[in-house]
Amino acid sequence: MNLEASTQQLSYIANQASDARVNIELETEGMTLNLGPQHPATHGTLRIIVRLDGEQVVSADPVMGYMHRGYEKLTEVRTYPQVTTLVNRIDWLGSFANEVPFILAAERLMEVEAPPRAQWIRTALFELSRIANVVLFLGDMAVQLGATTPVFYAFRDREFVLNQIESVTGGRFHPNFDRIGGIKDDLPKGWIQETKDVLVRIRSFCDEMQDLVVGNEIFQTRTRGIGIIPADIGLSYGLSGANIRSSGVDWDLRRDGGVGLIHDQLDWKVWTHPDGDSFARYWVRLQEVRESCKMVDQILDGIPSGPIMAKVPRIIKVPPGEAYVETENPLGIMGYYIVSKGDLVPYRVKIRSASFNNVSITPWVLKGVYVPDVISILASLYFILGDIDR
Amino acid sequence: MTIFNLAIELAYWQQTIIRSVLGLVAVLLPAGTLVYLYLFKMMSFMQSRLGPMEAGPYGSLQLLAEVGKFLQKEDLFPRTADRVVFKAAPFVVLASTFLLVLVLPAGPDAWFINIDTGVFFALAVSSISVIGILMAGWGSSSKYSLIGGLRAAGQLVAYELPLVLALMGVVIQAGTLNVQEIVLAQANGEIFGWGGIGNPFLITQFLGFMIFLVAVQAELTQPPFDMPVAESEIVTGYLTEYTGMRFLLFFIGEFATAGIFSALAATFFLGGWYIPGLDPTDNLFNLIGPLVLVGKMLLVSFLIFWFRFTYPRFREDQLQQLAWKVLVPLSLVNIVATGVLKVVF
Repeated sequence: MNLEASTQQLSYIANQASDARVNIELETEGMTLNLGPQHPATHGTLRIIVRLDGEQVVSADPVMGYMHRGYEKLTEVRTYPQVTTLVNRIDWLGSFANEVPFILAAERLMEVEAPPRAQWIRTALFELSRIANVVLFLGDMAVQLGATTPVFYAFRDREFVLNQIESVTGGRFHPNFDRIGGIKDDLPKGWIQETKDVLVRIRSFCDEMQDLVVGNEIFQTRTRGIGIIPADIGLSYGLSGANIRSSGVDWDLRRDGGVGLIHDQLDWKVWTHPDGDSFARYWVRLQEVRESCKMVDQILDGIPSGPIMAKVPRIIKVPPGEAYVETENPLGIMGYYIVSKGDLVPYRVKIRSASFNNVSITPWVLKGVYVPDVISILASLYFILGDIDR
Repeated sequence: MTIFNLAIELAYWQQTIIRSVLGLVAVLLPAGTLVYLYLFKMMSFMQSRLGPMEAGPYGSLQLLAEVGKFLQKEDLFPRTADRVVFKAAPFVVLASTFLLVLVLPAGPDAWFINIDTGVFFALAVSSISVIGILMAGWGSSSKYSLIGGLRAAGQLVAYELPLVLALMGVVIQAGTLNVQEIVLAQANGEIFGWGGIGNPFLITQFLGFMIFLVAVQAELTQPPFDMPVAESEIVTGYLTEYTGMRFLLFFIGEFATAGIFSALAATFFLGGWYIPGLDPTDNLFNLIGPLVLVGKMLLVSFLIFWFRFTYPRFREDQLQQLAWKVLVPLSLVNIVATGVLKVVF
């Protein structure tokens, strides 16, 4: 090394060192803010430890597990038909959708298939629970941004969907209706027409949200360009559902998965958005509610007649083996990995829930944003606490 | 002339005190109840629900029920709170609200204090509330409160300016800072030579009225400018640690301030207690003037609360931008235009 080069190097190091000194001198003392576990924006008990510099987030660290209920372990001491009553408490806003992948996995192990009518009704309830779930998001996102009115509209119109779910299953929140080899009961009389009326209401609710929220200038300035998740980052964090579709990834298990449900026989569209920001996530979910309405409408028109239960033994013993089935649930991809040893109860069940992965991106996406945007980004990622902690 | 012809002659300070107490008891409490109920019902109907229905006929005694509820609650202090500051903060905010009402005239002879610097007085006392809010934010020794208090201080200081500048147009047009004379100027005025309805400054000062409404919305820390009390992120900010009676004072104070700012807007822009077509010196106005003023106030507060329940909130930096980059230049343009037109006509 010649002398000149080493002098240059030394002066470079000296420059860097003086810069660093200035940075240390000018640095303001940060503040640690505990968002949660009790916080109105987390609608549950999620805790996010945020290091703040002024109002800017230096680092965010989500702490999960305050609502852990041990469902994976509890399923090991429950017979297969009893498990559905547990798992529909995972994502409590779209309960019926939680039962479906579990039942499908058990059916795959037992090598039974539900008759067509049961599959159609299953799909209709699956989509209705998606509507019940996402409609609440459409109102809730606005309330996190300070507009109080849309959430009342959301609760008002979601009520009608819950009524329809209740009139089939007997349960508003926790239907516990899906059975291995079919469903418990047939549709009640007049249900098809009533549901069609409800879908009209939901469509008008979507139009209302389009005007009141999506078209609102303040909503747009608060969400456009905020919390951008590029497609590759989102995929590497395991994001799924509308969160990844709003980053431009055209991936929907209802179309691409091909298990059990009859989405491939319906005419619908997978919506994506290229931006990947909070606005895109809201917009994609709004379109998905509309698509779900479209799907339920087609199901109501084309529902085949026939039995609703396949031939299954009275006492269900699942043959030994392993099966993993995942479906496109309201929050994203939900999967059950069942290991059976041929008993009345599963040997091991692993639940892959969507919200856990959706929240795990928060340290990356919250870095450098302002405190108000923390809330809007969290709201747009849309998690249910029961779905994070299981 | 005074409202009452008292048998004994009183000193000026004695009269002022009597009038102030009267203002608080006889005017603020019924007005507060009315505004509170009206706004709650209005908000409920907008949100497709009924609102208070149980307390009294049609929920009319809801305010009493709430006061009763809050009075029963324990008066809690955070362990590390600065007790004196924490205790005093709600009263400082409330004092600002109460002092505001004093300059409002409700009829040709029905006023509490009639001073030549009325507008100046109103704007000065309205900014006292900033101190109370900062005290609440600092005294609570909570991080949410601190963030909320600082946001509130920044916001209120920023929007004080458009508030003042928006009223400058009115002052130029009326040619006086006396609130009573501003009302009379609107009653006797002419719009470019036509005096059919007087000259409510709403028409000639429409831009000023809009700026005033936006700035008032921000002064009240209501959506879309409710970043300091954003309940979904910093848990109602400087109010986080307050319970019981002190919380009630803040809570009622918020609605009362909304009503009083509406009344100010009604006085400055809608003609106050005056209705077109009648003689403003008529003694009748001492009787119906307060009712007219309340009616106009409800009209303005409807607007304020309509915005409140429709819009999401701005972010802190966005609302500062709105104040400094849009509202202040617009109100300066308004002042220049008003001044030029005043000289020309």
